[in-house]
Amino acid sequence: MNFPENLKYTEDHEWVSVNGNIGTIGVTEHAQSELGDVVYVDISDSVTSITKGESFGTIEAVKTVSDIFAPVSGKVLEINSALNDDPAVVNSDPYGAGWMIKIEIYNPAELDDLLDVKAYTQIIGH
Amino acid sequence: MKKTIFNEMHKKLNAKMVEFAGFELPIQYPKGIIYEHKLVREKVGIFDVTHMGEFDVKGKDALAFVQKITINDASKLFDGKVQYSAMCRPSGFIVDDLLVYRISEDHFMLVVNGANVDKDWGWCVENNVGFDITLEDHSDQIHLLAVQGPNSMKTIQKLTDTDLSKIEYYAFEMGKFAGVDMILSRTGYTGELGFELYFRGGIKEAEAVWNGLFTAGEEFDIEPVGLGCRDSLRLEKCYMLYGNDIDETTNPLEAGLGWITKLAKGTFNGSDAIAKVKENGLTRKLVGLNPTTDKFIPRHGYKIFIDGKEAGIVTSGNMCPTLNKPVGLGYVPMSHAAIGSVVEIEARGKFFTAEVVKTPFM
Repeated sequence: MNFPENLKYTEDHEWVSVNGNIGTIGVTEHAQSELGDVVYVDISDSVTSITKGESFGTIEAVKTVSDIFAPVSGKVLEINSALNDDPAVVNSDPYGAGWMIKIEIYNPAELDDLLDVKAYTQIIGH
Repeated sequence: MKKTIFNEMHKKLNAKMVEFAGFELPIQYPKGIIYEHKLVREKVGIFDVTHMGEFDVKGKDALAFVQKITINDASKLFDGKVQYSAMCRPSGFIVDDLLVYRISEDHFMLVVNGANVDKDWGWCVENNVGFDITLEDHSDQIHLLAVQGPNSMKTIQKLTDTDLSKIEYYAFEMGKFAGVDMILSRTGYTGELGFELYFRGGIKEAEAVWNGLFTAGEEFDIEPVGLGCRDSLRLEKCYMLYGNDIDETTNPLEAGLGWITKLAKGTFNGSDAIAKVKENGLTRKLVGLNPTTDKFIPRHGYKIFIDGKEAGIVTSGNMCPTLNKPVGLGYVPMSHAAIGSVVEIEARGKFFTAEVVKTPFM
């Protein structure tokens, strides 16, 4: 499985990539593998900000449903609307086309609580 | 956790293994549940369902015993015929659903759900009073593969002398496949043409059958498929899943199993209670649910609300790959059991709407 070095991770299997004060968020390869075929990613258009540790949407896979938790707090800039037509890219390209939400990070210090690739892969036993 | 004789084969194919019915079984292989679902609908797939239990009822009173313990009319069976049935408590609640095979006049085989083998065996033993029969539990000796899909017959036919085209739906023959003695049963849980292969033996026999199926089915793109698509396939056809749609709190009539409940055959376990339910009328019914909220899949255990009050429960729900839409089954009060009724389903503190639709879904 692939876990890019340049991402920050949560214990709930989200990743965030940081570019300046912009954060892009998705779920990890491990998460998509555990979920199996993703059929819906449901993030309401009415979500304008997300709060670290709180659910901002759900992933419906064939077998199960899972919350998506915010790795950091921020103002919502963009929701990946391409997932409406092709949610399966969360399975095939979790770190690329399968991204879910872009935010303006309120407090970069929150990033310090996140896991680096070594700590995350240890947690999932890789 | 028990392992089926095919355990290593699944792992070699990188199956995702889960515990089910006390067994370690594949829920899916790397290509995923949707792929496997479509493979069974369009081509052919192999399920390892060895976790199912098999009991033999043998002796002079075999039929009388089966008639007492099951709700369908086993006297209609003839040698080589299979019947879908259920066992009930005297309360009319369902112990399990099962298949009844008539091997001969004084020999029946009961095939029960893997998760219920111990409970069902206990119930059979408890009911074996005053019958001239012997009961045998062969669950640990019998391997079971379900070969399902439009190309299942062509696949199996290559390695058997039994003329499969002569076996009708819900019938079986004793025969050989890949040189191994087995019951070739035209049954399944998918709604497709399919056969279930019951056989005994060690790893040599198991490999002969497993490898034989892959060789014979290669031209049809045969692959093993897991429990995940077993659930989505059966849900599209609205076949009951014990523990979800039926259990020891449901009676056969409210579950829509009136067609296997033969009150006319005489007294059996649960017959008085079920007759009373029939007389008094149902209070609730298992119905098909079509979510009308976007991006919502109803799931087992979600509560159903009517006019803001809890009024029922979702028993099964899933994304159905053939229909490419989510569907569910659930119990609702008779006031909302008619097609077109609208109910609300609660999940994660939110409410989603669903419409009652006709079943099966396809």
